[in-house]
Amino acid sequence: MEKFTKHTGIGVPLRQSNVDTDQIIPAVYLKRITRTGFEDALFSAWRKDSSFILNQEPYSAGSVLVAGPDFGTGSSREHAVWALKDYGFKAVLSSRFADIFRGNSGKQGLLAAQVAQDDIELIWKELENAPGTEVTVDLESKTVVCGNIVAPFEIDDYTRWRLLEGLDDIGLTLQHEADITAYEATRPSFKPKTLPAKVS
Amino acid sequence: MGKTLAEKVWDAHVVRKGDGDGASAQPDLLFIDLHLVHEVTSPQAFEGLRLAGRKLRRPDLTIATEDHNTPTLDIDKPIADLTSRTQIQTLRNNCAEFGVRLHSLGDAEQGIVHVVGPQLGLTQPGMTIVCGDSHTSTHGAFGAMAMGIGTSEVEHVMATQTLSLKPFKTMAVNVEGTLRPGVSAKDIILAVIAKIGTGGGQGYVLEYRGSAIRALSMEARMTICNMSIEAGARAGMVAPDQTTYDYMLGRPHAPEGAEWDAAVEYWNTLRTDDDAVFDVEVDLDADTLEPFVTWGTNPGQGVSLSQAVPSPGDFGDENAKAAAERALQYMGLEAGTPMKDIRVDTVFLGSCTNSRMEDLRAAADIIRGRTKDPNVRMLVVPGSARVRLEAEAEGLDKVFKDFGAEWRFAGCSMCLGMNPDQLEVGERCASTSNRNFEGRQGKGGRTHLVSPVVAAATAVRGTLSSPSDLEPAPEPAAIRIDAA
Repeated sequence: MEKFTKHTGIGVPLRQSNVDTDQIIPAVYLKRITRTGFEDALFSAWRKDSSFILNQEPYSAGSVLVAGPDFGTGSSREHAVWALKDYGFKAVLSSRFADIFRGNSGKQGLLAAQVAQDDIELIWKELENAPGTEVTVDLESKTVVCGNIVAPFEIDDYTRWRLLEGLDDIGLTLQHEADITAYEATRPSFKPKTLPAKVS
Repeated sequence: MGKTLAEKVWDAHVVRKGDGDGASAQPDLLFIDLHLVHEVTSPQAFEGLRLAGRKLRRPDLTIATEDHNTPTLDIDKPIADLTSRTQIQTLRNNCAEFGVRLHSLGDAEQGIVHVVGPQLGLTQPGMTIVCGDSHTSTHGAFGAMAMGIGTSEVEHVMATQTLSLKPFKTMAVNVEGTLRPGVSAKDIILAVIAKIGTGGGQGYVLEYRGSAIRALSMEARMTICNMSIEAGARAGMVAPDQTTYDYMLGRPHAPEGAEWDAAVEYWNTLRTDDDAVFDVEVDLDADTLEPFVTWGTNPGQGVSLSQAVPSPGDFGDENAKAAAERALQYMGLEAGTPMKDIRVDTVFLGSCTNSRMEDLRAAADIIRGRTKDPNVRMLVVPGSARVRLEAEAEGLDKVFKDFGAEWRFAGCSMCLGMNPDQLEVGERCASTSNRNFEGRQGKGGRTHLVSPVVAAATAVRGTLSSPSDLEPAPEPAAIRIDAA
């Protein structure tokens, strides 16, 4: 995974709560078996509406999405994160993220920064009054800067550290393989196994 | 201080305790007892293993089925959509390469992954269960800790049979009292979500407790745990009891003989201690609960069926107000319209929420001897091939077909609009599924989430209806075909 320390890019105000993962990427795009190439799928239903924010210059070139509360609810599809990344987003700001979406973001190097709703409102106003304003998201200091607004954001320490270091999760876990093997030896024998297969 | 059920299951799976509070402190590493796999969220994970030269650590704790992207008609023919066919074929190739047990289309054990696990007896109390699907919470009905994960975590579990997880907070959802006739598990969970909101459970494992939960069957408990994710919760659980054991006994992968006794002894310890403290407690009164229905575009936007479409002005919070305005526009609804005046085009009975035998029986009991509204189409999609076979053995397929409903093959179908079973733009659907998001069941489709009996009553009247709104059926007993 690529290291993330600080990013500056055009902010996109998405004044909406409960942006679920079906909106971020509808199910019909989930038939593909690749991890990339989802940029056209991002918000595909909304992008057919010319007034949608990503259809307006200069927001269309944005890389920091500033959304309402409960972003990424619903389906566990990591395709939602891939689509945001493929479009060019590096960070999403929201006052509350769905757990699975936040987890998926952390694995893929998309920064999900939790910002207080009052600060989100200020950033929305700034981005709407001065379209094209850049937002800086600094993971070292856990702050967001937009015009004169400086706001703190929250992210769990472990995800922050992994993003800063660009570390692969599986590699980290496999350092503890001996612990896994030791645990496996203690599992009760009544726990089910899928093999050999039994059917009714 | 005692422990909650969730904490007990968690503690029993810690492979390696976390490092504490430092900036680079790794959280607890937990062992995963069962990994359920399907065609949509696994291809990139298998590919990741292949690229890194890694093995699948525990094929014997992994099982796959085809559900999200499978057709529910003509399943004996090649899948028409080439991309879908490729995705299914990719799962088959991957399972063959990595030694994963797979139940393919046409197999009697194929079906929605969350119907298949419990049906095979692979879902058991006290387990950790994951799947690249948010409705994995379903399995919590057995007192398992079951979580939906993304594809990166799917790959992580494949490679290590573990997950690094941050600790959860605990929430008790206390449902006391007795449900009235026509009110079911679906109404309980829709009411809970309306009460705490789509983000209310965020960061929590929910434990459903109280006399109303204890009185529910396993299938009803699965319906409730299934939708925990719609309240934002990471998991939902019910402590195992005799109802759980009765359901499991004799299933293909349930323990047998002395193993069964040892298992039950352990399972009996899986309940929240009397002196344990939940971080939050929420109460719901089962006695006064009515059939529930959603009016908006997230599962928290629901009301009792006897109520009217709310007005955005009813919401104090600015975001909720804006969300309500947008939802009413998308749903094509006027504030103040009685919910029961809303006419639907389609009724969908299916999904991992409500596609099991009890759901089909409950709906069949409503429509038996009645006539479908001629303007409504009804799709009945059993949760698994096994459910379909059992339903046919009871003659339920005939009840549905006589009524004018379409009797389909098993899969996720119209719940998520991935296969050809989709709503048209503007089409309105009463659906027993779990999500009423914009476009979820097809681009421009409008979804009202309901219970199986409300779905059935709605198919009779053509408008959102509860069973109590129906005229008595002409000859209810005469047409009944009971199981032999």
